[in-house]
Amino acid sequence: MPKHVRLALQAAGILLAIVAIAVVPSVIELFALMQLTLFAAMAVLALSLAFIWGFGGILSFGQTAFFGLGGYAYAIAAVNFQDSTPAILLAIAVPALFAAILGYFIFFGRISDVYLGVITLTVTLILFNSVNSTSGDAYKIGKALLGGFNGMPAVPTFNVPFDPSTVLSPEQSWWTTAGVLLAVFLMLRLLLALPAGRVIVAVRENEVRASLLGYDPRLVKCLTFILGGAIAGLAGALYVNWGAFVSPTIFSLSLSAEIIIWITVGGLGTLLGPIIGCVVIEYIVAYIGSQQLLNSNLVLGGVLVIFVLLLPKGIVPTARDLVLRLMPQNKPKTNGPPVQSAAAPHPAGAE
Amino acid sequence: MAIYVILALDVLNGISSLFLLCLGLAIIFGMMKIINLAHGEFIMLGAYATVISANAGVNIWIAMLIVAPLFVGIVGLVIERCLIRFLYGRLVDSMLATWGLSLLIIGIITTIYGNTQQGVPTPLGGFSIGSYQSSYYTLFLALMAAVMMAIIYGVMRYTRFGLVARATMQNPAMAATLGVNPARVYMSTFALGAAVTGLAGGLLAPVSGITPVMGGAYVAKAFMTVVGGGAAILSGTLSAASLFGSVNQIGAYFTTPVYGEVIVFTTAIVLIRLLPQGISGRFFKGNL
Repeated sequence: MPKHVRLALQAAGILLAIVAIAVVPSVIELFALMQLTLFAAMAVLALSLAFIWGFGGILSFGQTAFFGLGGYAYAIAAVNFQDSTPAILLAIAVPALFAAILGYFIFFGRISDVYLGVITLTVTLILFNSVNSTSGDAYKIGKALLGGFNGMPAVPTFNVPFDPSTVLSPEQSWWTTAGVLLAVFLMLRLLLALPAGRVIVAVRENEVRASLLGYDPRLVKCLTFILGGAIAGLAGALYVNWGAFVSPTIFSLSLSAEIIIWITVGGLGTLLGPIIGCVVIEYIVAYIGSQQLLNSNLVLGGVLVIFVLLLPKGIVPTARDLVLRLMPQNKPKTNGPPVQSAAAPHPAGAE
Repeated sequence: MAIYVILALDVLNGISSLFLLCLGLAIIFGMMKIINLAHGEFIMLGAYATVISANAGVNIWIAMLIVAPLFVGIVGLVIERCLIRFLYGRLVDSMLATWGLSLLIIGIITTIYGNTQQGVPTPLGGFSIGSYQSSYYTLFLALMAAVMMAIIYGVMRYTRFGLVARATMQNPAMAATLGVNPARVYMSTFALGAAVTGLAGGLLAPVSGITPVMGGAYVAKAFMTVVGGGAAILSGTLSAASLFGSVNQIGAYFTTPVYGEVIVFTTAIVLIRLLPQGISGRFFKGNL
């Protein structure tokens, strides 16, 4: 596909996404809008792991550690300041700092993949256990009571920046959440197109060669991990804004597993795939929760096993390959929907 | 004085149950390098097999020592044939598939038996030291840990199967050249690991609350012990189980059980950072 066609298709895709985000509240019911807001917040979380796993080659079993830290940081700060502006910034800064400490420990210690999984898993469990045991009046930060297993109810939701009296309506919350999702997506896409992004992919492909070319793989991986942690923290703030509530289950292993399932289903090494996987899987889970026939673990487990065995590349890369194969090489225009072209602007980086 | 005896018994209990929980995983991970994230669910299946057969009238000892390992061993065999054998050498895929498997098993058991807690009375009585009570079952668990260690050592060190299995793990191509079928060795090793795990689940059934999601509490602990122990199955697992088991119980004694777990997880992370090859990579090189 010629370069200008690809660019035009990408621009059209982005424009379409913006229009869709803008008009959705006037088309659908409030309940469905709230559900979509939740999916968008979760999709930001999916992007954070999609970035560090698919492009940085770091498989973290504990991405919920940063998600939960972000959620708690937002909740504690929002209760104390009664203003969401500094709280959102803290929800990004605290997980990023935690990721920096953990990343320094892991990557500069040159700990291998398997151990990385075990360490991130145990860190998540430590956080879950610690926060779980913070019930009682003794555990409070400023004015915020941590509440142990019961969590923190009635957390102030987002307000207009620097104006705590104007709280966002559900429609404005949707625009914010979906806008953040689009912004994070575009930011990561841009980063991956820049030389810095190429270095991240190069380190994933071959650490020794990257270091022979003068890059420090430990530092690159550590920075990738920190960026992933910051995005997950932001997702945590969006999640707490959606429910006005946070509890230790935000750190749970089953949520960690779900993120990995979204990415496996949607397609590792793409950014669009995990978003699609997240929405599809979350929709299925919500649907199963509303009826008594099947257990959600049963379905999730089955889906994961089937995808690993039969469709290990995931939905988006498989569909992309199919479209590319059906399309004659010299034809200037693609028949595929712009959705797929947005997933494949940089096949070299996605390989 | 009596309190120290009780604390020592608690430590012994912590070490022996951790060792039993990890032995099956050490066989599967240590020998085959398959990260079985469904390990906790194998334990859960062993516990369910024990409880259900005991409540159906089978003698509790038969249910624990024969039914549980047999059932989970067969389940392991089926899983290896249907799933794991496609994933040798694909580390990440094997993690993902076994994680999916763990969710699948939880879902199946929840669908059949519901989300309620099952239980079986603890056999053997209690005895008292000073004003404190303890149970003979604690001593029985320690005995079983020692017996299992002896059996696995005997099988791996002195039988033809053990020799062939260790050779296949070191160099499958060479073993195949010498007339061994590696696929069959992998299959039986996986089934053996599953059976040992099922036995652990059966032995712990009387002293733990049995729910479909109980495996999640064990899987992280078991992994951290096996990774902390390193490549040697017995010496590594035993040393790591001793370290983490005592840290857990002593930490829990001085703070709360929750912080006991936090302390043991932190110890594990520091240990992995200091000894990336595990305890046995440093101190018991080349041992079994």
